[in-house]
Amino acid sequence: MATDERLEILRKMHELRFFENECDRLFRQGQVKGPTHLYQGQEAVSVGVCAALRPGDTMTCTYRGHGATLAMGAPLDKTFGEIFGKAGGLCGGKGGSMHLTDAGVGALGSNAIVGAHLPIANGAAFAAMRRGTGAVHACFFGDGSTNIGTFHEALNLASLWKLPVLFICENNLYGEYSPRALTTPIERLADRGISYGMNSLRIDGNEVLTVKEIVEGAAERARSGEGPTLIEAMTYRHQGHSRTDPAPYRPDGELEEWLERDPILLLEGVLESDGVGADDLTRIREEAEKAVADARDTALAWPDPELDERFDHVWAS
Amino acid sequence: MAEVTYKEAVNRALADALAADPDVFVFGEDIGAAGGVFKTTAGLQERFGRDRVLDTPISEQAILGLALGAATQGMRPVAELMFADFAGVAFDQIVNQLAKYRYMSNGQISVPVTIRLAQGIGGGFAAQHSQSVENWFLNVVGLKIVVPATPADAYGLLRAAIADEDPVLFFEHKGLLNDKGQLEDDPQPVEIGRAAVVRQGSDVTIVASQLMRARALEAAERLAAESISVEVIDPVTLVPMDIATIGAGLERTNNLVVVQESSAGGSWGATLIARLIGEYFDSFDSPPLLLAGDETPIPFAHQLEQAWPPSADRIVDAVRGLLGAAAPAAG
Repeated sequence: MATDERLEILRKMHELRFFENECDRLFRQGQVKGPTHLYQGQEAVSVGVCAALRPGDTMTCTYRGHGATLAMGAPLDKTFGEIFGKAGGLCGGKGGSMHLTDAGVGALGSNAIVGAHLPIANGAAFAAMRRGTGAVHACFFGDGSTNIGTFHEALNLASLWKLPVLFICENNLYGEYSPRALTTPIERLADRGISYGMNSLRIDGNEVLTVKEIVEGAAERARSGEGPTLIEAMTYRHQGHSRTDPAPYRPDGELEEWLERDPILLLEGVLESDGVGADDLTRIREEAEKAVADARDTALAWPDPELDERFDHVWAS
Repeated sequence: MAEVTYKEAVNRALADALAADPDVFVFGEDIGAAGGVFKTTAGLQERFGRDRVLDTPISEQAILGLALGAATQGMRPVAELMFADFAGVAFDQIVNQLAKYRYMSNGQISVPVTIRLAQGIGGGFAAQHSQSVENWFLNVVGLKIVVPATPADAYGLLRAAIADEDPVLFFEHKGLLNDKGQLEDDPQPVEIGRAAVVRQGSDVTIVASQLMRARALEAAERLAAESISVEVIDPVTLVPMDIATIGAGLERTNNLVVVQESSAGGSWGATLIARLIGEYFDSFDSPPLLLAGDETPIPFAHQLEQAWPPSADRIVDAVRGLLGAAAPAAG
C-alpha cells in the first residue's frame, strides 16, 4: 500500500477521534442532547473496513455509528449537523446521533435497535447479487448483538444464499454496561459463524492495515459469489456505553492497557518505522483537528429545522 | 371478464407484477416449491425461477429485514408471512424499521415493501393462527394497511401495493380464499385509500371488511325482508381510511354500525367511530355501534370459533335494536 494511502487512513482515524472528542465536549456543555454513544478507540475497525470497500458498496451500523458513517464518507459538517439536530444535518434533524443516514455514500442507516440491521444488510446484499453489480455490504455491530435473534436469522440466511455481506462484529468487550462474560457463555464470538457454515475470522481490530487487508480478501470472496464472512474485530471502547455512563465496572488498569494499543498510535508507529517523518504525522493530525473544528463551527451556525418540517417524509406517496 | 377465486386473483397479481418488473421478487416460507401453505403462490416458481420466487427459512425477522434492505436499493420485494399472527415474531422489523426508515432518513430512502399476511378465522387454527391483526399496526405511522374482500380488490390492491413507494401490509383473509368473483381480462390496480359502497340503503350504514362484509351483506338481505334498508360500505383500506365516503354514507342514513373480526379495544372500528363522532356529530340519530369479536383469544372448537366474531344473526339483531332505539322518522 502506498504511503499516501496510509496517511489518508491516518487522517480519517484522526477525524473520527476528534469528531467524537468534540461530541463529548459539546455534550458536557449541553449543546448535544439525547443519547450519544462514542466510538473513541474503535476507529481502526470502521476506517479499515471502509477503506477496503469500493464505490457502490453499502453499509449499515449501530447507534454507535458516528465513526462508520464518517468512514463511509459522510461529510463532517452534515454529520455534526444531524447530531446537533440542525436543518442542515444528514437527516434534517429527524434522525439524530443514533440514526445517521447518507444514502449518497452508501451509508444506509445506523440503527438503534440492537441487531435489527443485520437482516436489512442481507437485503442490500441480495439486491446487489440479483442485479449482478458486484457490490458488497458491510454490516457493523457489537459483541452484544450476537445474542439477539436477528444475528442468528441473518447469518443463517446469508450463508444459505451466499449473500455478498461482511458481518463485522466489533468486539469491544462490553455489551452496553455488561462485560462479555456476564452475558455470553463463549469467549470467541467468531465461532458462532461456524455453525452457519460461514467463513469466520477473529482479527486484531486495532491494527487498521490488518483490518483493511483481511476485509479486502473477504470482500473479494463475497464479490465472486463465495458468500459472506463473519469478522470478529477485537477492539476497545475508550468511553462508557453512552455519555451518561462513566464505566465504573471496568477493572483497574484495563483502559490503560488498551490506551497503549490505541489504534492511532499503532498506525503512527508503522508509518514511522516506514520512514514517515514526525512532521508529516503532526501535520496530518493538525489538519484533521482543524477540519473537525471547522465542520463543527459550520454546523453549529446552521438554523434549527422549521416546525412544519416534522410532517415531511412520512409518506412517499 | 372471468370468474376467479380470491386465491387465483392473488396469484395472478403476483404473476403479473413479476412479469412487469424485474425488480419484483416474491419470497417467504414454503412459497416456492410447495406453492404456499394456502397455494396462493402455486406455479410461480416454475414460471419465474428460483431467483425471483424464493423459499426462506422459518425466520420472519430475516424475511422482513431482507425485504427492507432490498427495497433500499430500489427493488420491490413481496414478502409473505404465512400466518398474519407471525407478524408478532417480526414486530420490530415492521414497526421500528419499515414504518420509520423513510422518515428517519428524511426521505433519502424509500422502502417499497409489500407484506402479504394471511389472517382470519374459519380454519380451526385456534388462538395463534386465526387472528385479524390489522389493529396491531393502526398506531404505527408509516404503514398502509389494505384488507381486500373480493377477487377484484385482491388483484387490484396487490398490484397497487407492489407499485406503491411506501410499505404496505396486504391482508388476505383465509376464509375468503376460495370465494369467487369477477375479474377483468386486463385488470388494473385499485387505488389504495378508497372505500366502496357495496350495497345501497337508506336506514343504516354498516361498515365491514373481509369476512364481516359478507356477513353484513347477508344481514342486509334479511333485513330488507323486514323493510329495513341497509347500506354496506367496505373500507377496503384501513390506513389511510376513506372517511369521506363513509361519512357520506352516515349522512344519508344517520345510523352507523361497524362490524369487525377483532376485539374492540384499540381497533379500526373504534378509531373510525371516534373520528366520525368528531367530524359528523350532527349526522347521528342513534349511538354508533361497534360489533366486534369477543374479548377472549380465539378458541379452537368449531362451535366456539364460529361464535367468536359477529354473526349475521348478531348484526340483524343489532340493527333492529338500533333502529328501534332511534327516533322514528317523521310521518
